[in-house]
Amino acid sequence: MITDHLPILLIVIGFFGAFFTPIIGMIRKELCSPWATFITMLQFLISLLLLYNVITAGNISYWLGGWQPPWGIEYAVDILNAFVLVIVAGVCFSVSIYSRKSLGLEVPGKEMPLYTLYILLSTGMLGIVVTGDIFNLYVFLEIASLAAYALIALGDRQSRMASFNYMIMGTISASFILMGIGYLYVMTGSLNMADLSRLIPALYGSPVLLVAIAMLVVGLSIKTALFPLHTWLPDAYTHAPSAISALLAGTFTKVGIYALIRVMFTVISPSYVIETVPVMSMLTWLAAIGILAGSVLAIAQYDIKRMLAYSSVSQIGYIILGVGLANNIAMTGGILHILSHSLMKVGLFMVAGAIIYRTGIKNIYQLKGMGKKMPYTMGAFVVGALSMIGIPPTIGFASKFYLAWGALEAGNWVFVVVILLSSLLTAVYFWRIFENVYFGVHETEEIKKDEAPLSMLLPIIAFAVLILLAGLFASLPIEVIKIWVTGVLP
Amino acid sequence: METITSFNPGLAILVSLFGALMILVFSKRPNIRDGVSVLAGIIKFGIVASMIPVVMSGKLIELKLWDVLPNLPIMFRVDAFGLLFGLIASFLWIFTTFYSIGYMRTLKEHAQTRFFFCFAIALSSAIGIAFSANLFTLFIFFEILTISTYPLVVHIETPEAMKAGRKYLLYLLTSGVFLLFSIIAVYHYTGTTDFAFGGIIAGKGIPKNILILLFVTFMIGSAKAAFMPLHSWLPSAMIAPTPVSALLHAVAVVKAGVFTATRIILYIFGIDVMSETGLALAMAYVVAFTIIVASLFALMQDNLKKRLAYSTISQLSYIILGVAMLTPAGITGGMMHILNHAFMKITLFFCAGAFIVASGKEKISEMNGIAKQMPFTMIAFSIGALGMAGTPITAGFISKWYLLIASMEISQIPLLLVLLASSLLNVAYFFPIIINAFFKKPDRVLSYKEAPLFMLVPLLLTALISIIIGIMPDKPLALIAIAVQNLIGGT
Repeated sequence: MITDHLPILLIVIGFFGAFFTPIIGMIRKELCSPWATFITMLQFLISLLLLYNVITAGNISYWLGGWQPPWGIEYAVDILNAFVLVIVAGVCFSVSIYSRKSLGLEVPGKEMPLYTLYILLSTGMLGIVVTGDIFNLYVFLEIASLAAYALIALGDRQSRMASFNYMIMGTISASFILMGIGYLYVMTGSLNMADLSRLIPALYGSPVLLVAIAMLVVGLSIKTALFPLHTWLPDAYTHAPSAISALLAGTFTKVGIYALIRVMFTVISPSYVIETVPVMSMLTWLAAIGILAGSVLAIAQYDIKRMLAYSSVSQIGYIILGVGLANNIAMTGGILHILSHSLMKVGLFMVAGAIIYRTGIKNIYQLKGMGKKMPYTMGAFVVGALSMIGIPPTIGFASKFYLAWGALEAGNWVFVVVILLSSLLTAVYFWRIFENVYFGVHETEEIKKDEAPLSMLLPIIAFAVLILLAGLFASLPIEVIKIWVTGVLP
Repeated sequence: METITSFNPGLAILVSLFGALMILVFSKRPNIRDGVSVLAGIIKFGIVASMIPVVMSGKLIELKLWDVLPNLPIMFRVDAFGLLFGLIASFLWIFTTFYSIGYMRTLKEHAQTRFFFCFAIALSSAIGIAFSANLFTLFIFFEILTISTYPLVVHIETPEAMKAGRKYLLYLLTSGVFLLFSIIAVYHYTGTTDFAFGGIIAGKGIPKNILILLFVTFMIGSAKAAFMPLHSWLPSAMIAPTPVSALLHAVAVVKAGVFTATRIILYIFGIDVMSETGLALAMAYVVAFTIIVASLFALMQDNLKKRLAYSTISQLSYIILGVAMLTPAGITGGMMHILNHAFMKITLFFCAGAFIVASGKEKISEMNGIAKQMPFTMIAFSIGALGMAGTPITAGFISKWYLLIASMEISQIPLLLVLLASSLLNVAYFFPIIINAFFKKPDRVLSYKEAPLFMLVPLLLTALISIIIGIMPDKPLALIAIAVQNLIGGT
């Protein structure tokens, strides 16, 4: 049955798609973008199927080439993978629709390399998530990172410098991760995650294990842009082509967080990273500082993409905080926020891209009258921004509710204050935009309606609707996440 | 207690949401658009009013929609108290819609579609708050109310308006965060956020210091009720068009705050916990302070709307004072004052708006002799002002009577004195306006006439109703009696 091979199909289709993009590009350049949409759509459908299968039939273990793990490579899908897969593939698919016009304007004439890299990036990220082999994870991480560096470098004039910075940071991060994996391999002789989790308890107390954990945590923290290792992110998101910013904001950092969760809670056991070595509580404090610092820095920005980038730093803090608090509720909130933040930030970046597409304006103080010029786009922006602030009934409210509750459950009042205070700071930096977009222009000044093209508008609206729907029916994803969380946490 | 499942509470909320949508659709055709507003208001009131017989017969109406978060559903439950607030808000919306049409068109205001759209959303949320069965649902509408009223506050879009809008948000969003915290904490400790007649906090073993902290955060969370020291957003919000000040900042928004505070005091903490911990008395003194100080501030205002705003702050605290006294008379007086103050204050604001539209005057010092030009408006104004001072045969007398009885019942003489002093202060800041308007000669010849009928008729009607309530208060009192009986009887 073909459905038994879904996990590997996800990857094979991607590589196949990337390989054929140049050939299609040689025939007709315009076909590259629909091709990428087609490939990512297949990946999205497969991810949905995987999620459905995991929920209904339990975890999936796929052996590559029929080789039994730990000798062969295993693709292991449980609810956490499947959930993140759907998010990543969904974002890749929607942004690919959006990107045709946006990239066509910002990076004219480079469709062929662009979409080859796009599919590679998407496949790399999906690979990170789907694999059950820790070295395989590293390989996919490199594939995705290299594609991301190149894509970022296609942006405006400063993008090369941003990309170079990112590459340096990314390479340092990759080295840390590789060394961490290496240490684990040296000690256990295994690279399979499930196998590792059985072998590692024998090594508790070994300094080598501590070093391995330290390296993995630092490496993955750079990838997720956890404060204060976030420095690559603002430049990269600001100067990359808008569609790529949207794609990366919604997926790449989340994949890093996924890897962090996987390594800490599946490979190394929760009790070890929570109680024996307080890695998690250390991360929570960094995250808490990051939440506030990201928000404050976002307030200081006037470039809309840069502001959104700093806001990402803050929001990533939320996720890590929830995961790090490591009680049922906070963890659920953290993982839910992976979904919320993807929906919100991708939507917001797409809006920023649409504004740039129509007007070229990046400065938030020049957005006067935009509410009349692009009413639907800005309406979606309002929904996304309100969700960021945590106004019900949006998905951002749901995850914030769970995070604050989780912090209360953990008895940590400081974090409760941080989470709630940050939503006010978020209100500050988004409300400046509302004021500019909607107020201060009277009807006497004639403003022509000039909406973004439909292929950009549709994904934008879709994300706004999803933010509301997911918010109204947040108990669905929460119930799904809870299954995983209760299975993992002691 | 018997409960009936019905879609009516949901429909009442949906009507104006749908109306809001239609207002957007017909944005280019003002007559249809405003017709939609009126129609939505009438249907909404009809639906709310249709629930009166059921509630009067001692039953509750329930509607459980779905779980937004696990175990935290959007759920409505109409009890006597909620129905009272719902009736007031939806009934006055009809008047305000007519008044707004007159006001906005006469002044040729810009962005009228946005105005009516936000107004409809705000009303939906107010009704949502009234009918919420749990804190979680209430919070959802509470936040929507904050967001949807912001564009109304900054309507004129001048730099001062934007500044006032920022202040408005600063206070209300911050208080929303406090409320959210409190709700999460209550859920954390009790596992539910449902309103219950005896409160839900009792017997859950919550330490007393946490209980006090929770009460404080809850009360900060209901800063929409504008008690001191969290009041200063309300005078700033007076920069909004007068219909907004009239309905939202004298009825819907501030009463939503008072309503929430009452729900928290009586239905979350419960009478027993409130009196055992002494929180009730502490709260009573906080609001007593507000009653006096806000009145003093009102004396100092020359801008009529600002003076009315401070008067609102003072009068809202009457309501909480009544509730915080925890006796049947106190609660009756407090709830009754929600109704009475609504009619009296909306009349006063309508008059203030009529002065602006007809004469362009906002300052009290410029209103000498205005009664000659606008006799009807000024008579309505006088009725409202008399009511504020608690003069017999006006609505204000009824609630003040109950409050005075309650203060004697719990033998808190200072509170009694506060109530009496406040009446005097009301006289002090309202009567000079009336006297000057009727008897002082204007500085120069006045040429304007009464405001358009669209505005005049609503304000005369609300004035008339506030007298009718004063003469025949038995119907609303019967409704309140049910609410009080449920609370005290503990069934």
